[in-house]
Amino acid sequence: MTLPTRQRIRPPAGRDRGTRKGSGLEGDRGFVSDQDWRRPGVRRTLGGLHLVLLVLLVVIGVGPMLLLAKFAITPTQDIIRTPLAIFPHGIAWSNISQAWNDVQISRYFLNTVWVALGSWFVQLLVATTGGFVLSVLRPKWAALVNALVIATLFVPAVVLLVPLYLTVLHPPVIGTSLINTYWAVWLPAGASAFNVVLMARFFDSLPREIFEAARVDGAGPFRLFASIVLPMSKPILGVVSVFAFIASWKDFLWPMLVLKNPDIQPLSVRLPSIAAQTDLGVFLAALAISTLIPVLLFIGFQRLFLSGAGLGGAVKG
Amino acid sequence: MGAARTLTPPADLEAVATADRPARAGGAGRRSGPLTWVRRGGLSTLVFALPLLVVFGFFSWWPIVRAVVMSFQRTNLVKPATWVGWDNFRYVLTDPDLPVAIRNTAYFALLALVIGFPIPLLLAVLMSSVRRAKGLYSVLAYLPVVVPPVVAVLLWKFFYDGSADGVFNTILGWVGLGPYAWLSSPSLAMPSLVLEATWAAAGGTVIIYLAALIGVPGEVYDAAEVDGAGLWHKVWHVTMPQLRGVLFITFILQIIGTVQVFIEPFLFTGGGPANATQTILLMIYQYAFGRSLGGDYGAATALSVMLAAVLAVLSVLYFRLTASWSKT
Repeated sequence: MTLPTRQRIRPPAGRDRGTRKGSGLEGDRGFVSDQDWRRPGVRRTLGGLHLVLLVLLVVIGVGPMLLLAKFAITPTQDIIRTPLAIFPHGIAWSNISQAWNDVQISRYFLNTVWVALGSWFVQLLVATTGGFVLSVLRPKWAALVNALVIATLFVPAVVLLVPLYLTVLHPPVIGTSLINTYWAVWLPAGASAFNVVLMARFFDSLPREIFEAARVDGAGPFRLFASIVLPMSKPILGVVSVFAFIASWKDFLWPMLVLKNPDIQPLSVRLPSIAAQTDLGVFLAALAISTLIPVLLFIGFQRLFLSGAGLGGAVKG
Repeated sequence: MGAARTLTPPADLEAVATADRPARAGGAGRRSGPLTWVRRGGLSTLVFALPLLVVFGFFSWWPIVRAVVMSFQRTNLVKPATWVGWDNFRYVLTDPDLPVAIRNTAYFALLALVIGFPIPLLLAVLMSSVRRAKGLYSVLAYLPVVVPPVVAVLLWKFFYDGSADGVFNTILGWVGLGPYAWLSSPSLAMPSLVLEATWAAAGGTVIIYLAALIGVPGEVYDAAEVDGAGLWHKVWHVTMPQLRGVLFITFILQIIGTVQVFIEPFLFTGGGPANATQTILLMIYQYAFGRSLGGDYGAATALSVMLAAVLAVLSVLYFRLTASWSKT
């Protein structure tokens, strides 16, 4: 009898654990009890399995990245002939400088940052203001808008591809094409139902009494939004921010379609097209440079990432 | 100003009130004129809703409607669109490439399921029993997920080099296997794609399972232990049933995701060799944006609408089926 109730309250509980306390990794207890651990057989088997797991994760999960880092500073001839030998003919730091300067990775890098920052801002703006309307202000038409937003979650992205492209090509009302402008990437990024739902659910969990108190003290909706709701929502803002930034850094197909001018293309679009006419060592250095920011962001904000990734399951479920 | 605002009924009270009298909901606010509406916060509410309404309106709702409309139209960018009925659907369904693409897409989804479904589950269950440095395991498992897919594919493309000096062929050569042609072999190309895709995606699923595993209340295990349950028994009869809900969801989400695979076939093989990795999304892309064909927006939307419909029907059937399972 108790199980269904538990299951119903699990998502918010997971959210609290994930974002409030800042760690999504400590639970009640696992399937292995302290007593189990005291048995030498269990200890040896599980301990051994954990070690094997760790080695596998390092070799398979991180190995390719380590190899990429090595290739980035290995002379091209060595990469081709002996890809797994450790620097048989020295280190070629020049790969990196050539990629950065001669192949103009620096420019595409800045383009990528610019694309990601704009997408991040639009996503955050839409999600916070939208979530505020749907969760806190709740006008009569909120239910309809909410349903329409959630409905888009069920439409596979591929359906949008062509009509969205034509909309950006000839936008109604605006009249001028958005192709080859960053708006073509930034604005559609904002239409993320996932962000809005996540934000609205978090706002739902904030104590209503505080809103009431603020209203009685004469705070209008703008004050309420800027001085109360946003400061109380830092955890979810962090989660949405890192995911928005990384998602836009990873995006490929859409920017390729709407940013046709090579000078404004981000890395992910540019890399496949320079692959053929770039020296292999330099090209792999370019790949390594493109990976650096997402990986550093992940290492720096790992708790946000991991709690957010777990949260994804909770919201979808 | 302050005094006026305190008279304003709180918005959520208002929402409750209107829910009580749905018949008058439409007229209640407007009856007393636009000025009252503004003073009650209607205008500021609208200002707050504006980013969402504009962005979703232009870039989500309108394109979705347009997708359905366009699938019945012949559109090229020069002449105005004309209605052609079911022509686009007929054209796509009789395209000789379609059966190949469907078969390949299904093959990719199936392989991705066979490899990609059990591995994250196994990893997550094992990781949940780690006592020290649990965070390190999670970070290592999730790291491939943050790598940009384009970088991952281009890097793996280099790993898959078919010569004896290719990275994978070198490693397999140590144990006397290979060399394999990987991407240029019609039979190995698709499994190669799946391998990379699984590497790139498994970490995300692991973290979802880990979050669910943490949500399993400790008392359930305590109770099982009181009944004398061993480790295996606990994993199989307590952990797994507790994960059932999440597993159901990730299962269908993975199918929906893998059926829409694009970057891997597009960048690894471009659909080759000999159409062995031609997928549905690649077809959609080629209809609309391909260099030789291209511009056939009607066919592209018709195919994407059909794909979405199939996925929707599949999901509904799936949830019907699993709903009856979870009751028993």
